[in-house]
Amino acid sequence: MSQGRAVWGCQDLGVRYGGVVALEDVTLEVPAGSVAAVVGGDGAGKTTLLRALAGAVRPAAGVVLRPDERRLGYVSAGPGVWADLTVDENLSFAGRAYGLPAGELDRRTAALLERTDLASARDRLAGRLSGGMRQKLALAMAVLHRPDLLILDEPTTGVDPVSRAELWRLLASAAAGGAAVVVGTTYLDEAERAATVLVLDRGRALLAGTPDEVLTATPGLVVEGPAKPEGVASWPRGARWRAWSPDGPAPPGTSPVAPDLEDAVIVAQLRQALRRAA
Amino acid sequence: MLAMAMKEFRQMFRDHRTLALMIVQPVVLLVVFGYAASFDVDQVDAVVMGPRAAQVAAALPEQLEVVRVAPDQGREEGVDALRDGEAVVAVVTAEGGQPQVLVDGANLFAARSVVTALKGRPELPEAEVLFNPELKTSTIMVPGLMGVVLVFVGTIATALGVVRERQSGTLEQLAVMPFRARDVLAGKLLPYLLVAAVDLVVIVAVGVLVFDVPFAGSPLVFALGALLFLFVTVGTGVLISTVSETQGQAIQLALLIMLPQILLSGLIFPLDAMAPGVRWIGYLLPLTYFIEVARGVMVKGTPFDALLLPLGMLAVLGSVVFGLSIARFRRDLAPAARRHGRRPATDTGEGRAAPIRTGAK
Repeated sequence: MSQGRAVWGCQDLGVRYGGVVALEDVTLEVPAGSVAAVVGGDGAGKTTLLRALAGAVRPAAGVVLRPDERRLGYVSAGPGVWADLTVDENLSFAGRAYGLPAGELDRRTAALLERTDLASARDRLAGRLSGGMRQKLALAMAVLHRPDLLILDEPTTGVDPVSRAELWRLLASAAAGGAAVVVGTTYLDEAERAATVLVLDRGRALLAGTPDEVLTATPGLVVEGPAKPEGVASWPRGARWRAWSPDGPAPPGTSPVAPDLEDAVIVAQLRQALRRAA
Repeated sequence: MLAMAMKEFRQMFRDHRTLALMIVQPVVLLVVFGYAASFDVDQVDAVVMGPRAAQVAAALPEQLEVVRVAPDQGREEGVDALRDGEAVVAVVTAEGGQPQVLVDGANLFAARSVVTALKGRPELPEAEVLFNPELKTSTIMVPGLMGVVLVFVGTIATALGVVRERQSGTLEQLAVMPFRARDVLAGKLLPYLLVAAVDLVVIVAVGVLVFDVPFAGSPLVFALGALLFLFVTVGTGVLISTVSETQGQAIQLALLIMLPQILLSGLIFPLDAMAPGVRWIGYLLPLTYFIEVARGVMVKGTPFDALLLPLGMLAVLGSVVFGLSIARFRRDLAPAARRHGRRPATDTGEGRAAPIRTGAK
């Protein structure tokens, strides 16, 4: 697979909550040093997959490959920080939980506070931080011990664009430092920055591969026009409309466009719906 | 206005727990109060000592239930019987003259009723009240209130502390951190135990210094009783936290558990005055036994061996409640706990061979 690099992830993973199937036959490979994005709408199974990878959910089938928990970093979909502790205290708790020696903890804390721009807020209660700052703190806590596998569940949801960019810079640098990073997100523009993308739909893998592979595998023709075209499946994009023509020419009044990841996911969902209907 | 009321009704009926609390609790309180709320002790246990014991025992007022007649024993054994809680009244007879009637003042309401009853019996002497000679309420209330404070700190504070972790979503964070479930629990509980211990010392000091409550017995026995009792209350707190999603629910449940303890433990109403139908509930409550230990040790100087039953009951209740709470708490942190087994740090599905860690370092 890779030249001696660790590969984490799961194979044919299945998870059930009681009788409900939350995940089925999901495979994800994340080599060390790369970022994988797990994409899907609400209820698609993103959080379940990430929790199973982190070890917070027991799989019903399949195999999870994860490092020892001391080498794992996890940012849950919740706040992930202790609101009534200060920034410093949160970091110190995480460092001690992962067994960092005092000197190392101080060095890492100082470096991460610097890189997350949280140095001026180090004595502030985590509950008083803005959403973006809180997520940066959660991420700093998760990477403090330089984990081999870093799992983040929607770290940028509800975060302003500047903080989003900063968060991505931070997790890209964690990957550059050798960590395998798995990010759950609903934002497809973010997923395009990842090395691989796994699109989940109703607990199953809808699309998987590099962003380019996913785009080139999109069948048929994606077109765009000023009005909602008749007779084909369409979706709004800004003030205009896009449509998918599975095997035909562009409908009148539209012209073909190069699909992006959002188009690819919508097309995949449409195909899935067609197959189910058939 | 109607729209608002409809919305409120919908929300009320959706929250089954609050609804149950609103409907069930008043009924329970009414029944419990009706049967338990009585200060009138009709029957009081008595021991009769001395050479004319049998003769005097036969002539005692009906209110006194003679549990032991010991002709070859004297005043000293009579005092012991009161101190160890065997009886509330000890009648010590002599060859000639009137017998002495000793009453356990730590058993306030029974003692008061005996003292009143004896005043109307010229053939018997005035009662001599031991341990709490002035029959002061504070002397017996302060040791009991210590129990209530420990329930507050142990149960409510602990439950809130653990539920806060769940409600804020950080319990999941803890579950994937390299902690064992028992480390999380022990680390979580230690501060509450320490605060409760400090509380206890403060209340004892205030009780002794401000309210003149005696401390006649062994501090060690008292500390042992308090420690065992704390185990029960803290365990109850954890148990409540494992079945509560929010801090509000935890407080409701804690109150539901606290009220019967306060009413039925003998703190306010003497157990002996309760109808048998509710009295047995009192014997299932940890506070009942802590009060027995606290009042015995502080007011009467009851020694360790006479308190084996309440101490033993606290130990049993503590083991049951704490065992249950650990089992349930472990389930919350189950996946993390499981990974501490000897198995490799990977999960395998059912019926699969051990996975191969691809390219692991």
